[in-house]
Amino acid sequence: MYNYLDFEKPVADLEGQILELKKLAESGEAVDVADEIARLEKRSKDALIEIYRSLTPWQKAQVARHPDRPHCLDYVRGLFTDFTPLAGDRAYGEDNAVIAGFARFNGESVAVLGQEKGNDTQSRLKHNFGMARPEGYRKAVRVMDLADRFGIPLISIVDTTGAYPGIGAEERGQAEAIAQSTSRSLGLKVPNIAVVIGEGGSGGAIAIATANQVYMLEHSIYSVISPEGAASILWRDASRAKDAATNMKITAQDLMNLKVIDGIIPEPIGGAHRGPEKVLEATAAQIEKGFAELSGKEMDYREHRREKFLAIGRTL
Amino acid sequence: MNWITSYVRPKINSMLGRREMPENLWIKDPESGEMVFHKDLEDNLWVIPSSGHHMKISARERLKSFFDDGEYAVLENPKVVIDPLKFRDERRYTDRLRDAKAKTSMEDAVLSGVGRVEGLELVATVQDFAFMGGSLGMAAGEAIVRAFETAVERKLPLVLYAASGGARMQEGILSLMQLPRTTVALDRLKEAGLPYIVVLTNPTTGGVTASYAMLGDVHIAEPGALIGFAGPRVIEQTIREKLPEGFQRAEYLRDHGMVDMVVSRLEMRETIARLLKILLKEKVEAKPEIVEEVVVEEAEAVSDAAPEAEAEQPKA
Repeated sequence: MYNYLDFEKPVADLEGQILELKKLAESGEAVDVADEIARLEKRSKDALIEIYRSLTPWQKAQVARHPDRPHCLDYVRGLFTDFTPLAGDRAYGEDNAVIAGFARFNGESVAVLGQEKGNDTQSRLKHNFGMARPEGYRKAVRVMDLADRFGIPLISIVDTTGAYPGIGAEERGQAEAIAQSTSRSLGLKVPNIAVVIGEGGSGGAIAIATANQVYMLEHSIYSVISPEGAASILWRDASRAKDAATNMKITAQDLMNLKVIDGIIPEPIGGAHRGPEKVLEATAAQIEKGFAELSGKEMDYREHRREKFLAIGRTL
Repeated sequence: MNWITSYVRPKINSMLGRREMPENLWIKDPESGEMVFHKDLEDNLWVIPSSGHHMKISARERLKSFFDDGEYAVLENPKVVIDPLKFRDERRYTDRLRDAKAKTSMEDAVLSGVGRVEGLELVATVQDFAFMGGSLGMAAGEAIVRAFETAVERKLPLVLYAASGGARMQEGILSLMQLPRTTVALDRLKEAGLPYIVVLTNPTTGGVTASYAMLGDVHIAEPGALIGFAGPRVIEQTIREKLPEGFQRAEYLRDHGMVDMVVSRLEMRETIARLLKILLKEKVEAKPEIVEEVVVEEAEAVSDAAPEAEAEQPKA
């Protein structure tokens, strides 16, 4: 059973019926339910296809935040071998919201950065719901320094509501830490690729998302402020998040049209959580393709990245 | 020299820029409640003479008071796509823009100029909070990029006066993209060996701090300025407790290591010119009494911190 989103109610009903029928069949009480199950399964699949064919931006935001959605560490486990996490910013502390380290991708050395939201109460607390503090961004800078020194390409897995808004985070220079991380990433001499797998939440996301190639999952979002935040500021009513989501253009498709990202990674019908293996496969294929294109060009990766970002918005 | 669009003379500028506003003849000091005659405030760069409270100042007045004899060449800001998202909240974004233009007689939130400060030629770029809260959209971002590029081309230092509530939500992701775009521009200035000084004024928050406002070679803040990544209201809502006294104010940031110095607006010209001339290794006659003054200030700061340091020593 999945956690169902509001707009998935028709599917939830059908899948609930299927489950009950299956139980009946197992207990031997029902005579012949196989046909009925098959019929319901087809209906439920059709309903899912119908719903996911035309998700609104606000619905996509909910899919992007779906609790069952694969998170950063699922990608780390699925995409890489020999993953070796590193910890600490060498100045203040360790921040588990940011995953950082080295690994192998298709046998080749890579540096890895990402934000992990956690998938149960305990791990959510451990990873602070994917909301990084300054230490996390400073750890990211450390790993980017190492990647540059050893000439190792970097992969960023972006998934955060935003950087953590807290007293300590502010005192220790949250803004400065994000700015330095963005600057470091933009200045990398090695190639890098960023994939937004769920939420690309404002400055907290961009700190590790300025890459030679930036991809988004089909139902992920990337935004300057959360739809709720924009609604409460612009409409003075957080319940207008739906309008904010629509107006702000936050979906992968919108960002592709605005030429802010370089590609969209397809998700299974019903979202990444209904086929994690497929999503991992598609993501691996896209990253592989991205690096192949980049390395084929024999270029100055830093200049490429800088010019690419300067060009954003100049030709709309 | 096509970057010169107009050559502003101080007297002409003051006649054009300031209209008669009889209802604002007397202005209330938010700290003491004292009523101050607006002409006195204007003559004192909008610093209240008795309390030293710094009021907001327009970008034009800022540049006029910053450059020698109020003379500078306005840098032409690049044209950008207006309202790329066709954004509408309770009002159309284009209507909001039109009102802001009428109110400030500026094209957008950033004004840049080239001129001399105590004889030293430099580029100054200023955000005007009166224009939609100094928010950073494509126009402002592009203006800042142009200012940095001009400084690099002409081998001049750059001084940036930050004043902003953050990103311009009505431009969505394109607003967020101004963080990396401005960062690329300032990184190139630094690589060209040119100094970059940031003056943080009231208020400087959000995405602006997570990029160029926190990446200066030297950070100067005006007294009492609110400076932070997350706004105080957001933090209070997140942690559900009261914020400490003076939290996110200029002096608080200096004490937490994020700002080099808090400097009165009335001493800004002198401070910046002195600093830049040292960084650029301009030869001047040594004046020992000034050195002595600095030493006294430093000594006080050290003695303040001493008891804590001593208390910690026995543990080591």
